[in-house]
Amino acid sequence: MSASRPGGPGDEVLGVRPVRVERPETVEEAAEALRRAHAEGLTVVPRGNGTRLHWGGVPRSCDVLLDTRSLDRVVEHAAGDLVVTVEAGVPLARLAEVLSPAGQQLALDSPVEATVGGALATASAGPRRLLYGTPRDLLIGVTVVRADGAIVKSGGKVVKNVAGYDLGKLYTGSFGTLGLIVRASFRLHPVPAQHAYVTVSGREPLKAVLALLHSPLVPSAIELDGDASGSEVVALFEGSAAQARAAEAVRLLGGDARVGEEPAWWGAYPEGEVLVELRAKPSELPDVLSVGGVRVRGSAGSGVWFLAVPASEAAELVVRLRARWTAIVRHAPVALHDELDLWGPSSTLALTRRVKDQFDPGHRLSPGRFIGGV
Amino acid sequence: MLQGLAEELRRVLRPDSVIDDPVRLRTYECDGLTVHRARPGLVVLPEAAEEVAAVVRACVARGVPYVARGSGTGLSGGALPRTDGVLVVTSRMRRILEIDLDDQRAVVEPGVINLDVSKAVRPDGYHYAPDPSSQQICSIGGNVAENSGGAHCLKYGFTANHVLACEIVTPEGEIVTLDDGPGYDLLGAFVGAEGTLGITTKVTVRLTRNPEVVQTLLAAFSSIEQAGEAVSAIIGAGIVPAAIEMMDALAIEAAEAAVACGYPENAGAVLIVELDGPEPEVAHQFAQVKALCLDAFEQRVARDDADRALIWKGRKSAFAAVGRISPAYIVQDGVVPRTSLPRVLASIDRLSRESGVKVANVFHAGDGNLHPLVLFDDAEEGAEERAEGVSGAILDLCITHGGSITGEHGVGVDKARYMPRMFTDADLDTMQLLRCALDPAGLCNPGKVFPTPRLCGEIPRVRRGEPEGELY
Ligand SMILES: Cc1cc2nc3c(=O)[nH]c(=O)nc-3n(C[C@H](O)[C@H](O)[C@H](O)COP(=O)(O)OP(=O)(O)OC[C@H]3O[C@@H](n4cnc5c(N)ncnc54)[C@H](O)[C@@H]3O)c2cc1C
Repeated sequence: MSASRPGGPGDEVLGVRPVRVERPETVEEAAEALRRAHAEGLTVVPRGNGTRLHWGGVPRSCDVLLDTRSLDRVVEHAAGDLVVTVEAGVPLARLAEVLSPAGQQLALDSPVEATVGGALATASAGPRRLLYGTPRDLLIGVTVVRADGAIVKSGGKVVKNVAGYDLGKLYTGSFGTLGLIVRASFRLHPVPAQHAYVTVSGREPLKAVLALLHSPLVPSAIELDGDASGSEVVALFEGSAAQARAAEAVRLLGGDARVGEEPAWWGAYPEGEVLVELRAKPSELPDVLSVGGVRVRGSAGSGVWFLAVPASEAAELVVRLRARWTAIVRHAPVALHDELDLWGPSSTLALTRRVKDQFDPGHRLSPGRFIGGV
Repeated sequence: MLQGLAEELRRVLRPDSVIDDPVRLRTYECDGLTVHRARPGLVVLPEAAEEVAAVVRACVARGVPYVARGSGTGLSGGALPRTDGVLVVTSRMRRILEIDLDDQRAVVEPGVINLDVSKAVRPDGYHYAPDPSSQQICSIGGNVAENSGGAHCLKYGFTANHVLACEIVTPEGEIVTLDDGPGYDLLGAFVGAEGTLGITTKVTVRLTRNPEVVQTLLAAFSSIEQAGEAVSAIIGAGIVPAAIEMMDALAIEAAEAAVACGYPENAGAVLIVELDGPEPEVAHQFAQVKALCLDAFEQRVARDDADRALIWKGRKSAFAAVGRISPAYIVQDGVVPRTSLPRVLASIDRLSRESGVKVANVFHAGDGNLHPLVLFDDAEEGAEERAEGVSGAILDLCITHGGSITGEHGVGVDKARYMPRMFTDADLDTMQLLRCALDPAGLCNPGKVFPTPRLCGEIPRVRRGEPEGELY
């Protein structure tokens, strides 16, 4: 049975306490909860394990907090097809446990506590995005409950499929504003037999990054941590001959390049009051590093960077970044949200609004969590 | 009826970019799926995004439907024109605008031919990964619309995974760039929307470093079941080949007749398994693959690129080659989970025997994408209908086994009627919410993908929890 209780301390989403908390155990119960909310005109904010609940805007209203954590079934692991179908509340750690006996993985470096639904809703990815892409590239089918409670799907459970619009990509990164993601199918990858990390430090990180990108060594990730005065570039190799490739990379890079361990900062966001995600071209690395005394960490091969700054410096930094690049404030103290304009300018804002108007005409799903007050 | 529009467009575009001569219009009456034909009301050949936008705005102002067309190689009738509308052909937008190797991307106009992108960066050791068999003629804009795949998408992914940004003319005539910036992933939804959400005018594609080595194995099996088992064993061993392609006896016979590819005689099925990547990786896995194809009665390893091209020649020419053994045929495109391939193939075989309709099987075995070629003699009464029946029954098999009615050729006009077998009304209605958001007037490539269009209703003005006047 779907558990329903009044909202209390600890249930807040960025300070907004829900009137009620619903915790459905089945897709049908989730749909029922959304149908009721629809009939009563209530606003609904989904939550998973809360690893990214502080990302995005403050909900304008939260009548119902919809907790997905009891939607926790692994529906089907078709090992021979390298496909898995799971409910949205399954944590990535549990999914990994289910897949590992078959030597398979969902190649997504999101925090392992995150639920599948949360990872999709925030489109979060980590170092290995370079080789495997981001959640949009791994998702092959999705079921959502619409604002009016209808259960609808797009895609399927085969890796190759072009029948109909790929709405999975639209829901990915939509922060719960288009529908409640309840079930997802992913393409899986074999777990590689070997891993090897190659580290190189110095003042010319771009040279190392480009050497790796232009080489035929196929790193799974090229990460960087540092600032203008110096940085560490670490590449990950995976496969049945990863060690041999890492040795080759060491020769290629020269200098102080060496085979090393996974660094402590691997895949972790830098810590600070305000976290900014920056998208730049890989070749713009020197400019990103010299943006001004700020430590930068991220996927050098893909040009996705994270910068953590104290609240007092955030506004000025964000303006400087946006003069040239896309910069999204992932989280910040609520008091700064308006000033920082979390999402920044977007050439497609008008289209985003129109999509929202169609999928959720009453603007009842996670209102205000997304760009432009959507 | 389109006379006024033609005159208006001649003032905006170069006069010779507007075609209304009935004889010339016929050139454009169908795409690669020739059973569907319609003479376009008007054809325009714009040379820039602004021209495309002007055409779209003129169409919208008059309520005239319009359809985009690249090279016209589509196999689902996606570029089928409207007799009462305008066909926007991108063949004069063929410039490669920018190549940026350090950032591994190129910016191209939509009419650029797929293979020309790879050719342009070949000297630098790069290529554009999606490689449809039609890559010598199909356009990048068409690839984007169809989310085209190719033999190597098993490892490298589809068009959607290789497009970083698209400049489009929206169905209301605005020029907008879709990329990975903040907001909904409209780029993701646009790729594969079959030209129903706007017209692509510029594409930023990812360039892929050429692999250090490539190894290609041709393995001949006495039965298709054995070949299928080898595929499962390879995937089961945790190997992701660049490609695994399968052909059955009839398809081999056709290829042999057409291009003399020299495949082993009396094979019930052949597999082409290609591995690529860093040398030590490939060496290790290729040895494994050869061992896993133990049931093959003959294994042939490509000695060099020329030899590899010969092995691929049989496969790549298979569609056309079937013309050698049958006066007419239907190219089907369906998907099943890879593990159900043996059962589905057995069922196709049964269908074929029961109906007396021959089916040649060519497929991307690694991802379960079937291309059965359903043969018939168009001179024979009722033969086409029987072939259609078998072809449709194959799609039903795909759906029953949890697969899809199309893996890469798209829905177009051809398969719209099958969509309700795969999706509920609510599913299809939800997809069309996106359409209503972008193309409320329903003038952008109408009648494709969806069996029944959705009327885009008025949007309620009252919104909960939103301070009045904050938005818009
Ligand atoms: C012999 C042969 C082999 C093939 N092999 C493969 C294969 O291996 N894999 C595969 O995926 N496909 C294959 N195809 C199908 C076809 O080549 C692809 O679908 C291709 O992407 C179509 O490109 P095109 O330029 O010919 O597009 P067209 O046929 O001209 O158009 C296809 C669709 O794209 C839309 N469109 C075209 N340009 C634009 C634009 N600029 N903006 C918006 N919409 C646009 C059209 O409206 C239409 O809906 C094959 C076809 C043939 C004939």
